[in-house]
Amino acid sequence: MLIFEHSRPGRRAGVQAPAAEASADDLPAGLLREDRPALPEVSEMQAVRHYTRLSQKNFSIDTHFYPLGSCTMKYNPRACNTLAMLPGILARHPLAPASEGQGALACLYELQEMLKEVTGMKAVSLTPAAGAQGEFAGVAMIRAYHDARNDDARDEILVPDAAHGTNPATATMCGYKVREIPTLDNGDVDVDALREAVGEHTAGIMLTNPSTLGVFERRIKEIADIVHQAGGLLYYDGANLNAILGKVRPGDMGFDVIHMNLHKTFSTPHGGGGPGAGPVGVSERLEPFMPVPIVDYDGDEYVWLTEKERPQSIGRLSAFMGNAGVLFRAYVYARLLGREGMHRVAEFATLNANYLMKRLQQAGFDLAFPDRRATHEFIVTLKRQMKELNVSAMDVAKRLLDYGYHAPTTYFPLLVPECLLIEPTETESREELDGFVEAMTRILEEAAGDAGLLHEAPHTLPVRRLDEVRAARELDLRWKAG
Amino acid sequence: MSDVPGDLRYSKSHEWVRVNDDGTVTTGITDHAQGLLGDLVFVELPEVDHEVEAEEACAVVESVKAASDVYAPIAGTVVEVNEELNDAPEAVNQDPYGAGWLMRLQPSSVEDVERLMSPDEYQEYIESE
Repeated sequence: MLIFEHSRPGRRAGVQAPAAEASADDLPAGLLREDRPALPEVSEMQAVRHYTRLSQKNFSIDTHFYPLGSCTMKYNPRACNTLAMLPGILARHPLAPASEGQGALACLYELQEMLKEVTGMKAVSLTPAAGAQGEFAGVAMIRAYHDARNDDARDEILVPDAAHGTNPATATMCGYKVREIPTLDNGDVDVDALREAVGEHTAGIMLTNPSTLGVFERRIKEIADIVHQAGGLLYYDGANLNAILGKVRPGDMGFDVIHMNLHKTFSTPHGGGGPGAGPVGVSERLEPFMPVPIVDYDGDEYVWLTEKERPQSIGRLSAFMGNAGVLFRAYVYARLLGREGMHRVAEFATLNANYLMKRLQQAGFDLAFPDRRATHEFIVTLKRQMKELNVSAMDVAKRLLDYGYHAPTTYFPLLVPECLLIEPTETESREELDGFVEAMTRILEEAAGDAGLLHEAPHTLPVRRLDEVRAARELDLRWKAG
Repeated sequence: MSDVPGDLRYSKSHEWVRVNDDGTVTTGITDHAQGLLGDLVFVELPEVDHEVEAEEACAVVESVKAASDVYAPIAGTVVEVNEELNDAPEAVNQDPYGAGWLMRLQPSSVEDVERLMSPDEYQEYIESE
């Protein structure tokens, strides 16, 4: 029920309403509205109940296990949010002189330093406002680098076919042609195909390691050598950084540029289109091209580096410092964890994934890569169940909702049919993981006994199985009265 | 069981090809491919007169599960596209070899069609996949 449906003419929350009508006499008469806006007319308690009930219908990391692969839905410690809201941070005006905000600048500088250390890169710029913008900044820097050397023939970016869809999109946005590199059956990039694909047209390669297939790219050094020898650069997509945080560093693997999703890996809730932060880290040769502003320390005080100090910069990507609130949360998170804590994040994320993978295998699920160790996530394929029982990955995902679990990622990566991409994250206990295995085991039994139960799931939620096809074909987003 | 008509040729990326009397070829995606994708909600077709290389991505079919490229099974020039699909992408699901055709090509060399899989080969290919 929408709040508009609770509405009754004349009902209002008197105490909450403004005492007097706001004056609008400074607006031109032609811009003033003639009718009152159609706002819901409800009592205070109706409003409270309505929104409390709505919030209870949410599936969120605060209420449910949320093993959404490729997205790292992990717990965001409350302390990070609380400390990022200190008045010295929250109330700082972005145009205030640097001398008036040395504390805030120090935090940002230290965050740059910590991210450098955890990724093994030479320098970091915090300003990109989200992952997609971080990717864009990364490839724009690759372009600026080749342009600065008058190396104009390089018009291709290589992208493995297992990549996130954003990678080819980013390359295209930066004016490059995309060339796909196939993946071997064991989940590794086809290095022979890569060798044939590189050449004087290669501007670079975009890679995620661990890859979207939930396995570590074992021949990464060889891949880096092949691309570098051809004159190309290596871009690291930080989507899966949680798996290797501080344990293995993209800089050591030979990457020239990386973006990190601070929302998701460093303690900002994400997935709702809310603010993100996608800092970029670079190797020495890309440092002059980094987006500005950057915070520097001159031995005495913290200062902004802008276009003036960095004339070759690709420029600004957002107002001021990007989404500063996300940066401060990440700073607190990194400080709370420390170096050892970061290692533990990667270790526990990987341990949890491998435990869950083995237990689901024992429960009768097929793994996409049974011979490989999982990284922070792994893939179950229901291809066999689809064939034998007519039960799809979507059916299992929908049924999981009835058991109180948010579904894993479905039908991604595209390379694996009927797949679930499962990422438990480091913050789940063993009991929680066991509960998930139990639910999955029961769903498998139901699939064999009464597949119809799964086809019609979910049964217990406010809305039943949605007609996604009709929703996509006949898009209708507007509520109409009556 | 997916339908594999005996009078067509097939690509590994699940396109079918029919040779027409006027020397052009009509192409679309197979019954097997539409089954894997599920109900289509959008089809993006190339421009007429666009020249395609064999195996070049030249169209996109989008279902609620995924967006997938469609590859040109052979090299040629696009002479006609199925505009009906703009309003009725479900035709690809309902009749992949008929009303759900995607485009008509003037092949660079009609012999290229012979290099594609025969119906028996394609049947075997999808069973092994």
